[in-house]
Amino acid sequence: MSRIYTLTMPKWGLSMKEGKVNGWLRKLGDAVAVGDEIIEVESEKIAGGIESPVAGVLRRQLAKEEDVLPVGGLLGVIADADVPDAEIDAAVDAFNASFVPPSEEGEEAGPGTQTVDVGGRRIRFLKRGSGGEPMVLIHGFGGDLNNWLFNHEALAAGRAVYALDLPGHGESVKEVGDGSLDTLAGVVLGFLDSQGLQAAHLAGHSMGGAVSLAIAGKAPQRVHSLTLICSAGLGEEINAGYIEGFVSAADRRTLKPLLTQLFADESLVTRQLVDDILKYKRLEGVDAALAAISAALFHEGRQKTVLADLPERLGKPVLAIWGEEDRIIPVKHATRVAGEVRVEVLPGKGHMVQMEAANEVNRLIDHFLS
Amino acid sequence: MARKITYQQAINEALDQEMSRDPSVIVMGEDNAGGAGAPGEEDAWGGVLGVTKGLFHKHPGRVLDTPISESGFIGAAVGAACNGLRPVAELMFVDFMGVCLDQIFNQAAKFKYMFGGKAQTPVVIRTMYGAGFRAAAQHSQCLYNVFTHIPGLKVVVPSNPYDAKGLLIQAIRDNDPVIFMEHKVLYTMQGEVPEESYTIPFGEANVLREGDDVTIVAFGRMVNFASEAAAAAQKKGVHCEVIDPRTTSPLDEDTILESVEKTGRLVVVDESNPRCSMASDIAALVAQKAFGALKAPIELVTAPHVPVPFSDALEDLYVPGVARIEAAIMKAKEYK
Repeated sequence: MSRIYTLTMPKWGLSMKEGKVNGWLRKLGDAVAVGDEIIEVESEKIAGGIESPVAGVLRRQLAKEEDVLPVGGLLGVIADADVPDAEIDAAVDAFNASFVPPSEEGEEAGPGTQTVDVGGRRIRFLKRGSGGEPMVLIHGFGGDLNNWLFNHEALAAGRAVYALDLPGHGESVKEVGDGSLDTLAGVVLGFLDSQGLQAAHLAGHSMGGAVSLAIAGKAPQRVHSLTLICSAGLGEEINAGYIEGFVSAADRRTLKPLLTQLFADESLVTRQLVDDILKYKRLEGVDAALAAISAALFHEGRQKTVLADLPERLGKPVLAIWGEEDRIIPVKHATRVAGEVRVEVLPGKGHMVQMEAANEVNRLIDHFLS
Repeated sequence: MARKITYQQAINEALDQEMSRDPSVIVMGEDNAGGAGAPGEEDAWGGVLGVTKGLFHKHPGRVLDTPISESGFIGAAVGAACNGLRPVAELMFVDFMGVCLDQIFNQAAKFKYMFGGKAQTPVVIRTMYGAGFRAAAQHSQCLYNVFTHIPGLKVVVPSNPYDAKGLLIQAIRDNDPVIFMEHKVLYTMQGEVPEESYTIPFGEANVLREGDDVTIVAFGRMVNFASEAAAAAQKKGVHCEVIDPRTTSPLDEDTILESVEKTGRLVVVDESNPRCSMASDIAALVAQKAFGALKAPIELVTAPHVPVPFSDALEDLYVPGVARIEAAIMKAKEYK
């Protein structure tokens, strides 16, 4: 490492322009190890901890609690204990002299989301990174590619990573055909074709996990591995009240209590998160899409399709990650997968474990893939 | 796909999409076609500020220029609504509403009641309101409070492009008469708006910012000033909750009351004159139903009880601004 490391405001998702400091998790002068969470910051949408990428001593806390900093703004400095104060001050001065905050009206840094036609359906996706064995991230029921905002960039460090909006979701087409896993899997396979991907690692959250399993069933040769996060398709039980409530909720008052069930830490359900989902739910065609998918996947409050033995039959390696406090799909489903499978259950985390324990999940996936 | 467009474009898009979806939707008003179709008028203006521009050629025969006779064409729109069409009539400035009030408050608003629920009047009356446009006393009033007073009317006061589109589509699909209030200064406001069609239900407030110290309820253009003031107060450690009711009738009382139960302090920001206004209405609501929660007197930030001045300098003083709102926030917070 360079001896002086500057800790800066991260960019979580395309729309993030600034973030607020919720508080320091380590004290000034503390020794920190790689992976220690040092500070918690909050975007409009969600709060999260920032890990130290290096070992050293927290030498400066430049941002204070409640401060709002632009993306890339200087939060603090980590350096070895023997680095003189003068050198740290000089590094801070140099940073501030050269730092240009992202402009208010400026275009997004780097490539934004794209759309592609897959068999007559418009599919939105976001590609990060390049090379390596590609990976595709598939969100769950009612979600979209932003569900991966804490994961996408980190996972793309060593490979091309695509996150897409399934039909009926996000900014993809709202027409879902029969809404079945087979149809959704077919669209993802068509997406792989559109990007010239022979095969990919698939990571699916919740319903996206069941879609991943269905893809492996349809075209095993196109799947390197499966990362199943709080995945559907591994057992019959599911929180039917959540699914039905989510489909029918039309205002903030009914939606917010439902969304809190997704997280172990309910304070993560911010006003903006609720608002974004309401905006999605108001779009023409979304009600019908969610109803069609829900009818195809669930019957009398249970999942219709269980594919837990599929990975073993196909010989595909599986990483199953679960939040121990998942209130949507029971954590016991984590151990239902047969075959070459690694199971990771994260205590104190809920259904949106890839958001609630982003750093840990990213590390587990990275380790699994390498 | 969401992309940035203006408030004016959002309204145009809502009209365009509803006209495409439903052949019974028509648009009518002074210069709404702008003479399009006449010789030499291929790309006509489309309303006094161009809001309906381009619709004439996309929807032949369904964008009508009317005579300068509000009492005539508003009456025609109300009658057409009773007979199966969904007219969207543009009444240029709300200040002109006086000449056609009978058609609105004694006819459109009452048909359902007078005909035993058998008559529907799905008419939308779009109209410009608000000061800050250097248009003097006869083209600058707010007046949404006047329509709010009349049962049988729904009243919509969108504060941004996203809401303008979703609320206008909802207004067109609604089976009751709707007064749709467009602040002329907001026409150039940019915001992210989905290309797809969507509706925002009436009577559901938007909470723009959450906070525990002071509740701010604001209407139309004032919502944006209230947000700025709340951001400034935040820097002083005062956390405001900013509520935009979006529709004054129906009114989302629950969101306002729940917020005041939490904060105990209320600032209402209303560009109208203060007497018998939304400001006094919200103040009465909270004083009556959340009295026990109040920790400070309710602050009202409104225009003074005078007509909108012609002088630029006086008009700037007339319109409630960010500094006045911030002062009201601090006064409520610091009350002992």
